[in-house]
Amino acid sequence: MIVAERKPLDEIAEMIAPFRKVAVIGCRSCVAICLAGGEKEVNMLVSAMKLKNRNEGREQEFDGFVLERQCEKEWVKEVEDRILASDIVLSMSCSLGAQTVGDMYPHKIVVPGLNTKMFGVPEEQGVWSEKCLGCGDCMISTTGGICPIARCAKSMLNGPCGGSSDGHCEVNLDIECAWYAIHERLKLQGRLDLMETVRPPKDWVPSHSGGRRVLVREDAKLTQHQKRGEEVVE
Amino acid sequence: MADRRPKVVGFCCERHAMDSSIFSARSGRTYDTGLRIIRVPCSGRVDGMHILNALEEGADAVFVLGCLEKNCYYDTGSVEGRKRVEYVKSMLSEVGLEPERVEMFNVSSSMAWKFPEIVSRMTEVARRLGPIGSGGGDGR
Ligand code: SF4
Ligand code: SF4
Repeated sequence: MIVAERKPLDEIAEMIAPFRKVAVIGCRSCVAICLAGGEKEVNMLVSAMKLKNRNEGREQEFDGFVLERQCEKEWVKEVEDRILASDIVLSMSCSLGAQTVGDMYPHKIVVPGLNTKMFGVPEEQGVWSEKCLGCGDCMISTTGGICPIARCAKSMLNGPCGGSSDGHCEVNLDIECAWYAIHERLKLQGRLDLMETVRPPKDWVPSHSGGRRVLVREDAKLTQHQKRGEEVVE
Repeated sequence: MADRRPKVVGFCCERHAMDSSIFSARSGRTYDTGLRIIRVPCSGRVDGMHILNALEEGADAVFVLGCLEKNCYYDTGSVEGRKRVEYVKSMLSEVGLEPERVEMFNVSSSMAWKFPEIVSRMTEVARRLGPIGSGGGDGR
């Protein structure tokens, strides 16, 4: 899932300050799970902003609501009226949602209420950790199912480095050394030979280094004919 | 401002918190009638949204009252309640409001004297700070 965190309230307040009607749009998917931009968080943010305004004598109108997924145009389209009725959109989804709304309504100012942090997993209640960087060419079959790109501070392909100590990473002793974890996992699986196998330098073109990535599935795409049909139905 | 009765909302769990209010009344203790009690099944049921809503609807101060920690009817309910209160306090600070408008307290049923004490303390906070946006209460 995508893990995000609410921006400081004063930063949010500053972004929306010049505008009167603010649409605050949350998302029921990843950012609801990580307690950053679901229904409750949208309501609390609107409430806090109203209290701030009352305290400072500022007038602003808030329309807070939540979409099933803000990164999908179909869901955004359903609330078009409310978006168009606003002076600014404060997106409480990850940046993908904010950019979807912004791309659909380019004349609208859309600002992010959250900082999009990582691809991560919930480890326990209230704790999320990063496990993938989206390199575009997954290699965890050779590393015991543990990603060295995201979980090793140096993204080493052949670790550990000399700084690994007692299972901890030298960059931050509070986090585990990914390569220690990989070693332990491979040992458990009786595949320690993989530790000796040299992984060649990675081709980073499928990653972000190759520029913005666009994924196309020809079998899933609508044909021109189908798109025209859609227009007729509309 | 002096004429206005401070508005305090207390979210009280229906176990030790409500019991302590009842025992305090039975033992003849009184408290400010500017208090509105909202009975909840457990202080852990109180969400940050409920507290902010109370402030938005005009409360000057809000408290959450639950069982003593480690003696909570629902085991860790009052610990949950405290975490929510702390989070709301941090939000209030972030928007420039006084975090002391919101507090968490713990009681056991038998602490009849503590209920009026808590109400007085929060009423005092409400009186001192005044309504949000009023520019201040008696204390300014
Ligand atoms: S190897 Fe690449 S795709 Fe696989 S988990 Fe790591 S960053 Fe993600
Ligand atoms: S100590 Fe481990 S996790 Fe940290 S940089 Fe070295 S190999 Fe990577």
